[in-house]
Order: sequence, then structure tokens, then C-alpha cells
Amino acid sequence: MSAMKETLVNPIFRNNPIALQILGICSALAVTTSMQVTVVMCIALTLVTAFSNFFISLIRNFIPSSIRIIVQMIIIASLVIVVDQVLKAYAYGISKQLSVFVGLIITNCIVMGRAEAYAMKNPPLPSFVDGVGNGLGYSVVLLAVAFFRELLGAGKLFGYEILPVVTEGGFYNPNGLMLLAPSAFFLIGLFIWALRSWDKSQVEEPDFKIANHVNVEEAAS
Amino acid sequence: MGLRKILDNMEHHFQEGGRYQSWYPLYEALDTMLYSPGSVTRSSAHVRDGIDLKRIMISVWLCAFPAMFYGMYNLGFQANDVLAATGGEVGGWRGSLIATFGGYDASSLWDCFWFGALYFVPIYFVTFVVGGFWEVLFAMKRGHEVNEGFFVTSILFALICPPDLPLWQVALGISFGVVIGKEVFGGTGKNFLNPALTGRAFLYFAYPAQISGDAVWVAVDGYTSATPLSVVAAEGMTAVQSQWTWMEAFLGAMPGSIGETSTLAILIGGAALLLMRIASWRIVAGVFLGMVALSTLFNMVGSDTNLAFAMPWYWHLVTGGFAFGMMFMATDPVSAAMTNTGKWAYGILIGLMAVLIRVMNPAFPEGMMLAILFANIFAPLMDHFVVQANIKRRLARVQ
Repeated sequence: MSAMKETLVNPIFRNNPIALQILGICSALAVTTSMQVTVVMCIALTLVTAFSNFFISLIRNFIPSSIRIIVQMIIIASLVIVVDQVLKAYAYGISKQLSVFVGLIITNCIVMGRAEAYAMKNPPLPSFVDGVGNGLGYSVVLLAVAFFRELLGAGKLFGYEILPVVTEGGFYNPNGLMLLAPSAFFLIGLFIWALRSWDKSQVEEPDFKIANHVNVEEAAS
Repeated sequence: MGLRKILDNMEHHFQEGGRYQSWYPLYEALDTMLYSPGSVTRSSAHVRDGIDLKRIMISVWLCAFPAMFYGMYNLGFQANDVLAATGGEVGGWRGSLIATFGGYDASSLWDCFWFGALYFVPIYFVTFVVGGFWEVLFAMKRGHEVNEGFFVTSILFALICPPDLPLWQVALGISFGVVIGKEVFGGTGKNFLNPALTGRAFLYFAYPAQISGDAVWVAVDGYTSATPLSVVAAEGMTAVQSQWTWMEAFLGAMPGSIGETSTLAILIGGAALLLMRIASWRIVAGVFLGMVALSTLFNMVGSDTNLAFAMPWYWHLVTGGFAFGMMFMATDPVSAAMTNTGKWAYGILIGLMAVLIRVMNPAFPEGMMLAILFANIFAPLMDHFVVQANIKRRLARVQ
């Protein structure tokens, strides 16, 4: 069972799909201006990753290698359509705000990546857990980014006022940059910085190193 | 040499095993700022020269002084001019300091200068303390040296602030500029963006109400005064010429960011930089030519709907941050292109982009900041192509 637990927990910090593998960045920029939308997006992506992993793993031994991507895509696309329809039926407002980004889960590298890298080689149950774990890893980063973007950009969390803004008689001057997409890059960057300071093994080897300076005594001799 | 002795007596505390080992970068910064460093090159294969990174940086800092002093005077002059017409006074601690040491006379050199200093010095002070804090923190953590490069970043950042930018925004802007613009890439010499402009761009997009528009360029609350560039965009060249003569704009008697208004003061500092070969003349010439080329093209094409098309090149030169950006920002040796051909391309790109943004984009009346940041990003690519072309040329020779 401990291997199973590792499959679940590892992607959250040790092998985070966004922070270490740098996958799924587009939606991290697009849907993180408010917590509410982000939470829905995270649930949607976690469900899709988990179930696509599960179903692909079930039939992994019957998929011909040459058309495996097409088969994976069909499964993922069906799941995404289900999620999209459910959202439209029960949370129309949020579905409107998420607009194309629910549909774009199909192209999210995390879903495809886990199907190809894990579900094709492992039994259904671990694959399902792996999908949940990676969904959670994605969610951790998205929620952290959305927390700062909504709090600093609008002074709110889940639509409730935390820092009263100047235009409504408060003291907080909202930071307009936080509502623009580049701020998500900065925040993800800072998140990765913090994560890699905590876990040094994630730091990549530099591509090249500048040679050391010649020291004075050596040069003078 | 009493001071030298004091420094030498302290030194062992800061060296390895000493009590204040982690503070060594700060000690080293102070020591080498006052005296030339002990680790000088002695072998014969080097050109020996008094100039090093520290001396270069301090020269740039000094060259920004004409623009700074004129900026302080002009800040006070613009505000006093308005106050004389409206009869208002400045409140708070600034008000009492003005009442004690100066006055509100727009024709008095000292009154204007003192007024300006009361606005500029706090901005500069905050820039220096907050930016210096990050600089020293990273130097101590990473063990690299603190150098006068930060003097340059801090004064350039302070000079491109509007006169009454809130001080907490100044602190936030310089923090972003130093940390995200420079230190995350490895500190001095490794930043690919100009840190001062990065900080300003952050403020520009985060708090547009305090750094753009018409209400921020004169240090009087509630008074709106358009800069020449926003007048051009809204009402055309004739409206500008009815408010300012070209000479006034050249000398700098117009509202704007603190250090950018006087083209004359900037050119004095810039000429010194060019003479000392610290600023690259290729970049300056490139920026100037790019600007002249595109603005002349726009003049010839003409437009019925976009009034800024008619702005001639000599007005582009004296308005907004063009001259300041050309002399002090574009020539930043770290973020500019390194190769000679690359410098031309880099300069021309800045000149073209600055005019293009000013004229074609109604949302941004001023384009110099964005143009320079844009060219900064392209500089390594330009160098790459120049180097590759050179390799190709030389390979052809041996084959």
C-alpha cells in the first residue's frame, strides 16, 4: 500500500506536473483570476485525469501501439465532454467563465502525459491513483496562484471581500497586474523557486558553466 | 590615512572565521567604494587601467546628476506655477518644510529647487534603502559582491517616477525590478532586462492610475496636466505648439517624470558618457536614426484620424522619455547587444518601436519604456546572429 500512497502523494510536491515537469501552464495562466473558477477547474481536471488513466489502463493490453494516441484521445475527449455537459447543466455561470478552457482539458499535457507515461504500463487501480495525485499536484499550484491573484488583484477570496479596496472606501489599492496573465508566470516562477529551495534534488543541472576567474597569484607568477 | 587604518583593523572580523563573516559583501562594498580594490591585475598580459566596473557605474551615476538637479527644479517650478494660479498650498510635513526654508515663488530658483527636493529625495531615499536591502541580502546569501551598479539602477528608477508617486509603490517597484529583473537571473551582469525599467513596467501595469494619465505629472493634488505626448495623441501638433515652444520642451519646462523633461540636461550627461566611451555611440546613433526614420515616414504618409502621425522627429526627441531612454537606458551595457553590428540593430529597433508605440497605439502615449524592454529581449538573439554570421564568413575563408 505504501507504493500506492507514494503514487498519490509524490506528484503533489516531489514531482509536481506544473512545477517540475512544466506541463499544463496554459490553463494555469487562464483560469486563475478567481478562486471559485479555479476550484471548479481543478476538480474537473483531477476527475478527467483519474478516469482517463483508469479506462486507458483497463484496455492498455488491447490498444495497438500504432494508434494508441487516437484511442487515448477518444477516451479523454469523451470524459471532457461529460464534464463540460455536467458543468453546463448544474453550474452554468462558472461554465460560462471557464468558456473554452474546460474543452481544452483535452489538450492539457498533464492528462495526455499521464496516460502515455503511466496508464499504458500499469494496472487500473494504481493508474487511477496516479491520475488523482497528478490532478492534486496541478490543483496545489493553481490554487496557490489563484489565491494570490484574487487576493492582491481584487482584494477578495471566493468573491468575498478580504481587503476593502480604495474605490469602495477601503484602504487597499488593488494591483492591476495580478489580473493580467503575466502575473501567473511570476507567481508560478516564485512557487518553483520556493519548491526547489526546499527540495534541492529538483534543481536542474546548468546547461553550461562560466569558467572560474584566474586568481591573482596564479596570474602574476 | 586614518580611514584606511580603521577599515584594515576591521577587516579580520569579516573574513572567514570572523565574527561578521556573512556581512563581508557589505564591508567589501564600502572598502572598494572608497579605495581601489587590493586584487588588481599584475601580470603583463593585461591592459592596466584605473577603470573597473565600480568606476564605470559611479561615472554613470554622476552623469545622471544634471538631469536629476534639473528634474528637481522643474518639479518645483511646475507645481509652484500651478499653485500661484490657484493660490493653494502644500500641507503636511512638506508644507512646513517649505514654509521654513523656501516659499511658493515660481520665479525663485531656490524655492522651486527646494520644493522639488522635498518630493524627489523621499522617492530616491526609499528606492535606495529598499533596493539596497535586496541587493545586500542576495549578495550575502550568494557571496557575490555589492557594487555601484545599484547606484545606477536606483537613480535611474527614481528619475523615471512621476513626481508624486506614492512611496509604497516606489518600494514595490524597485523590489520587483531588483529581485525579478536582476537577482533571479544571477545578479549584476546576468540580467537580460534593465532592472529600473522592469520595476517601472511593473508599476505601470499594476497601478496605472498613479503612473500614467493626466493627473500625476504635477505635484499638486487634484491638478491635471497633460504631457506633450498625450496632447499630441488627443489634439495634435498645433495644440502642443500653442502650449510649449520647441525650445521650452528642449530645455525641459514641461510636466513629466522627474528626470526625463530636460533634453539639454540629459544630453550633457549623455555626452560625458559617450566621451568616456561608457555608453556605446552605436546604440545612441541607432536609436536616434530609427526614431528619425520612422517618424519621417509617418510624416510623409500622413493620417486624417491619427493626429500623432504629424509629429516631426525633433519633437519626438524632446518629449517624453525618449532622450533619457536613449542616453541612459538603452546604453545599459548588460542588457544591450554586445556586438557592434548587434548594437546598431538593437538601437534602431528601439527607435522604431518607440515611435511605433507612441503613434500607432492609442493606449500608450509613451513608448520608450516598452520599446527598450522589447529590444532587451531581442538583444541576445541579435548577438547570436552576428556571431554566427562571423563564424560563417571566417569558415568560408579556410575552405
